[in-house]
Amino acid sequence: MYVAVKGGEQAILNSHKVIAEERRGDPAVPELTLAQVKEQMQLAVDRVMTEGSLYDRDLAALAIKQAQGDLVEAIFLLRAYRTTLTRFGATLPIDTAKMAVRRRISAAYKDLPGGQVLGPSYDYTHRLLDFALAAEEGVGAPQVDMAEEPVDESIPRVTDILNHEGLIEEEVAADDEARVADLTREPMEFPAERDMRLQNLARGDEGFLLALGYSTQRGYGRNHPFAGEIRLGEVAVAFEPEELGFPIEIGEITVSECQMINQFAGSAERPPQFTRGYGLAFGHCERKTMAMALVDRALRARELDETVDYPAQDEEFVLYHSDNVEASGFVQHLKLPHYVDFQSELQLIRSLRRRHDEEQMEAAE
Amino acid sequence: MTGTQTAAVAETAAPAAAETTEDGYNFAYLDEQTKRMIRRCILKAVAVPGYQVPFGGREMPLPYGWGTGGMQVTASIIGANDTLKVIDQGADDTTNAVNIRRFFARTADVETTETTGEASIIQTRHRVPEDPMTEDQILVLQVPQPEPLRSLEPREIECRKMHAYKEYGLMQVSLYEDIARFGEIATSYSYPVMVNDRYLMSPTPIPKFDNPKLDSYPALQLYGAGREKRIYAIPPYTKVKSLDFDDHPFQVQQWEENCALCGAEDTFLDEVILDDRGGKMYVCSDSHYCARRRAEGHSGKLSGSAAAAYAAAVGADQPEKGA
Repeated sequence: MYVAVKGGEQAILNSHKVIAEERRGDPAVPELTLAQVKEQMQLAVDRVMTEGSLYDRDLAALAIKQAQGDLVEAIFLLRAYRTTLTRFGATLPIDTAKMAVRRRISAAYKDLPGGQVLGPSYDYTHRLLDFALAAEEGVGAPQVDMAEEPVDESIPRVTDILNHEGLIEEEVAADDEARVADLTREPMEFPAERDMRLQNLARGDEGFLLALGYSTQRGYGRNHPFAGEIRLGEVAVAFEPEELGFPIEIGEITVSECQMINQFAGSAERPPQFTRGYGLAFGHCERKTMAMALVDRALRARELDETVDYPAQDEEFVLYHSDNVEASGFVQHLKLPHYVDFQSELQLIRSLRRRHDEEQMEAAE
Repeated sequence: MTGTQTAAVAETAAPAAAETTEDGYNFAYLDEQTKRMIRRCILKAVAVPGYQVPFGGREMPLPYGWGTGGMQVTASIIGANDTLKVIDQGADDTTNAVNIRRFFARTADVETTETTGEASIIQTRHRVPEDPMTEDQILVLQVPQPEPLRSLEPREIECRKMHAYKEYGLMQVSLYEDIARFGEIATSYSYPVMVNDRYLMSPTPIPKFDNPKLDSYPALQLYGAGREKRIYAIPPYTKVKSLDFDDHPFQVQQWEENCALCGAEDTFLDEVILDDRGGKMYVCSDSHYCARRRAEGHSGKLSGSAAAAYAAAVGADQPEKGA
């Protein structure tokens, strides 16, 4: 009887129909196929896989199509699907030193073992709209010439090279057998250890991390970063079934990795030494891994006895607000009815205003 | 809490484990391991009334902030024989309530109802039903922010310490500051309560009008916060006290008018704007309660044909129709 939202059920169904129609767009235009999204929107697929925490190009393409290209919505779709999947176990850690490298650059050294491999990158393109791409006949099948020499099979990490001289902190797990935290199964705990922080950042919103990383460069937590190394390529994934007792390779995935080298003045106990920030993402998400590495380093303030003065160093601030599925949901929940709370506030403000008027009157008398 | 109810919480849903309703998804969406984990957290929450138990909250196919915590609690305790009622702002027909009810009808194939007395589980956002609930029922509340101290102290680490030491002076000071500045406590919803003389608890944004109901409530109250990954509970017949001062006792909202439809004098009323000249009326926020009273012959000043005319008028230009 109280009718302001009566018919909600029908309205919801109708809304779904409207969105289906809008998603399809002009029916005279051929419908987008998942293969097209997967092959020609690869970077969108990569971002959705990374923040959706699920390495599946087909499902990510489906999510992008279903979300009309809204990547945060697509990430949400993928997450909601992922959470229902059965868990067989955890793979062994991937070894990025054994990556089949397609791109590998270091800003710390001009040349280094393995060389600089530019690979696919927009870095040195002129950002001029390429009207050739707008042509009806399309771009055909562009092909790149084979390099004269293949890329080295195994390319040492820059951080490992630095490590020979002891110039950079070693990165060894405190306890190799210790279980790695998993935010998708357990809530965050504070203070958060680095495994939990890195998982949070890996799933975190690229835009949020980009802004935070940027803030550390502009003086809000400066930690003098160098892009020690960025690499992109394929790594093998191995799984060790309990009943088998030895690892088997179950496939390969594409990952981007960023090792940031940062300064550290040292302390009474530790000599001056470079420190690290780390970023890793599924597919080609270079900007994300760089931002992640900056924020990872900033969040190590506690561990490195630095004062926590800035947002990017504040782990509760960063980790609680990095997830775009959480953020998007909660910001948009403001669309839900709040009649009851608002009514309560109306009651309150009227009473406060009455009191205010009475006091004014008394004062005037 | 009674022994039978504890058992009910722990065992509910188990017989339905093998059933699947929506293709490819488990009964009530979540897998059985997850539901068991959540039920364990619920048991802990019941054992320590008002304490926020961290839990491994899952992604749900509805957005965070739209009831994912409540949904996970409901999904964990619901069984094939349960009857579910879902309300938002006290009403069964608000879009989000409709949506969550549809979700469980789809994934758990349970019976749903709008009648408070018929439901074995009531999931709610922002209200406690006007009709009393019984020991056989469970009230599941959706919680946006479980931490009552959050607005005073943003750090989780600090808040957990304050709870551990039962150090709630900050909250009392904040309420006192309200009195000093406004002459009264300027919190109209999410009004903090002490549970079992031990834990300070946020009763979710229910209006403070509903706070007195929480005290010694016969039904088990389960609070689920999905985004913040916390579950807490108030077992039946637990002492729940709204914070106040001796010289400024806790008070609930009062209206000068009665419900325009059913004439109720003691319910939480929503204000409905009738025109752009200040015309308004008040109706019960609890849609089922109001409908039941009208069916029993109660009437307000805008009953019968006038109400029908009003319904037609508001229905005609309601924003959500047709999306």
